[in-house]
Amino acid sequence: MLRELADLDRVAQLPNAEVLADDELTGSILIEASRLAEGVLEPLNATGDRDGARWSAEGVKATPGFKDAYRQYVEGGWNRLAMPTEYGGQGMPTLLSAAVREIFIGANKAFCMCPGLTDAAVHALMVGADDALKAYYLPRLVSGEWTATMNLTEPQAGSDVGALRTRAVPAGDGTYRIFGQKIFISFGDHDLTDNIVHLVLARVAGAPEGSKGISLFVVPKFLPQEGWQGARNDVQCAGIEHKVGNHGSPTCTMVYGDAGEGAVAWLLGGENMGLQTMFVMMNQARILVGMEGVALSERAYRQALAYARERVQGRAAEGSALPVPIIRHPDVRRMLLSMRSQTEAMRALGYMLAGALDLADGHSDPMVRQERQDFVDLMIPIFKGWATETAVEVTRTSVQIHGGMGYVTESGASQPLRDVLIAPIYEGTTGIQANDLIARKVLRDGGASLNCWLAQVDRTLAETTAQPALADLASRLGEGVASVRMVAQWIAQAQRERPLDVLAAAVPFLKLAGIVAGGWLMTRAALAASRLLDAGDAGESESFLRAKLASARFYATHVLPQAGALAVTAMNGSEATLDEWALQA
Amino acid sequence: MKILVSVKRVVDHNVKVRVKSDGSGVDIANAKMSMNPFDEIAVEEAVRLKEKGVATEVIAVSCGVQQCQETLRTAMAIGADRAVLVQTDEELQPLAVARLLKALVDKEQPGLVVLGKQAIDDDANQTGQMLAALADLPQATFASKLEVADGKAKVTREVDGGLETISMPLPAVVTTDLRLNEPRYVTLPNIMKAKKKQLDTVKPEDLGVDVRPRLKTLKVTEPTKRSAGIKVPDVATLLQKLKTEAKVI
Repeated sequence: MLRELADLDRVAQLPNAEVLADDELTGSILIEASRLAEGVLEPLNATGDRDGARWSAEGVKATPGFKDAYRQYVEGGWNRLAMPTEYGGQGMPTLLSAAVREIFIGANKAFCMCPGLTDAAVHALMVGADDALKAYYLPRLVSGEWTATMNLTEPQAGSDVGALRTRAVPAGDGTYRIFGQKIFISFGDHDLTDNIVHLVLARVAGAPEGSKGISLFVVPKFLPQEGWQGARNDVQCAGIEHKVGNHGSPTCTMVYGDAGEGAVAWLLGGENMGLQTMFVMMNQARILVGMEGVALSERAYRQALAYARERVQGRAAEGSALPVPIIRHPDVRRMLLSMRSQTEAMRALGYMLAGALDLADGHSDPMVRQERQDFVDLMIPIFKGWATETAVEVTRTSVQIHGGMGYVTESGASQPLRDVLIAPIYEGTTGIQANDLIARKVLRDGGASLNCWLAQVDRTLAETTAQPALADLASRLGEGVASVRMVAQWIAQAQRERPLDVLAAAVPFLKLAGIVAGGWLMTRAALAASRLLDAGDAGESESFLRAKLASARFYATHVLPQAGALAVTAMNGSEATLDEWALQA
Repeated sequence: MKILVSVKRVVDHNVKVRVKSDGSGVDIANAKMSMNPFDEIAVEEAVRLKEKGVATEVIAVSCGVQQCQETLRTAMAIGADRAVLVQTDEELQPLAVARLLKALVDKEQPGLVVLGKQAIDDDANQTGQMLAALADLPQATFASKLEVADGKAKVTREVDGGLETISMPLPAVVTTDLRLNEPRYVTLPNIMKAKKKQLDTVKPEDLGVDVRPRLKTLKVTEPTKRSAGIKVPDVATLLQKLKTEAKVI
């Protein structure tokens, strides 16, 4: 799949990506990652859910066992798989890192948030920091000796990050002092490492209001030895949240400068350039959240599949008089396949995006780089929004398959759902992704990148139509593409006179686009599987290829038809949504 | 001192295998393959001895199909310095493997040969013992503890009656049992390094060994399904059933 759909061969030719050209090496990396995930991270997943992190006035204690697991993870070099080689990282391509992360996140999502945030901070430092900051922080963040956090959100500033009030005062010696409160800071405090590096968005006094006046700062928990004697900085964790899931991840309220003098901080990048620096990593961060959806959907599917094979209940509609495992019942098969086919579709899009990011960054031909970047910019909000929302549905279906035991916490069936429930919310809610898709992607370039993508889908359609065995897939995909075009056209027209109508239709449009993107890739997978089977090239993978064909067919008949319904809603539903009487009573 | 470690590529322990419909063997066509778990323990032990300074070089060996080189790369990622693949598509039985290993022992002259006590696919538990006999070396099987010093190996063996500790002069053969150690997790940097380590491929003919099977498999069937037990009214009935139905006395 990496080869057929995610452009593996092209990515493998990039500098630093030689590993992907070696199937055996890539295989080894994935296998050894799975062993660590299975042996060290997975056993702590239920522990994290049950015992979680604990706050005390002396500091936050992570889930029992996390400290040792973190040590093994870091000793294995897994934290720095995708980090820059100049600071000790392995520098591997995003495509490989996405696959490895999926493995680790599926084993223990809460644990993975810690190295994930550190990775984001490393990228921010690489992009925006001066040499002195890089030389001091990067070696220790890359080695895993220290971890990092991202501090954006405040009680009155979530989706509207421009409304933040944390302030930064210049201290006159090149440093600043930070005063304010941040909420929802994952791993803001813990006992896994000796220091924690906080990246904090704040407004320098006198800077413009809103998002144009935000700067990014580095605030270490313990100050440097040189000049500061390693003193404790004035940043405290005032408490951690009780949440629905992700109990293994301490979600902290961080208070800066409460003692009065302010937390000591260093500017990262230029003043008022804070959000710009953040946006550079935004794409990668959003792909990774989408991959959380993929990972937890896969986990939930495997759990449900295992349960359905073992649980005996009810007689088969046709056949023996004895009760059968529930996997024999058509409705259970339907639920399992809806989970499987959607997970496969999401994964395909995620990997394709990861490969596209690598090509956009590293390909020698600027036209290829631009084309891939346009694809990435268009697809990221679609992927993040659609994959996370679909993951909630898929993980919830696992609970349903488990029956009453699904509702009992101890069975573990509900943990993927509870852990993934935050995914459509953080890193930009589905609503924000939809607005981004419409305003910055569809409208801004007059639909150019959207049409470029749809042209690719048309090419897939033409190839599929030429295969009589896949005629049904072609017709469903064709209907889906037509829906996307219709709504995109409606948006372009409605935007001029009825912009609120467009906003009301934004999320239905995003979901529609996601479903069709998934359908496009499942159809391409079916084409590839068909080709390999016909050529007698299946070898050891025959069952995989036949299952893929079945999955693609399921997707075409159970998921793609939803596109048409969403198109009707998008183009006709705004009036009812905006009816001023609707929410009065 | 060199240590020679033998590793076998077997069906992964998680896989539920089925018997082929013609009863000729087990169907492993699409099965996931891994290093035999007892052999992982063997490699781990050898690498630990090298880290302690007792050994200078660990050489991993595998006999079988071309894909065994994946197993050897894993051994090198754990810490083996180089590897030898004895490549053949012929069905290999313990005697053939023992003969191939003996040829390699003659060539490499290791101070210690470590193998897993048995492979989880055939459960033969023969190769180590046959190798020791062919090479005229002392052997200590089912090792749960191994100490090497002053040209001797002190081995604690897991036997039916409990634990037995013996001492033998090197060179010698040791086969590993489960409690000997817990294999490490392979690190990403070591996976990358293993790729560059030396892997030599030889054929059985090069070692002068005829590996054709001496045993012929007549039939393979699944074990009979366990049936429900019954309650008996008294001891006399129990004895009668044990004698006439179960036929165990």
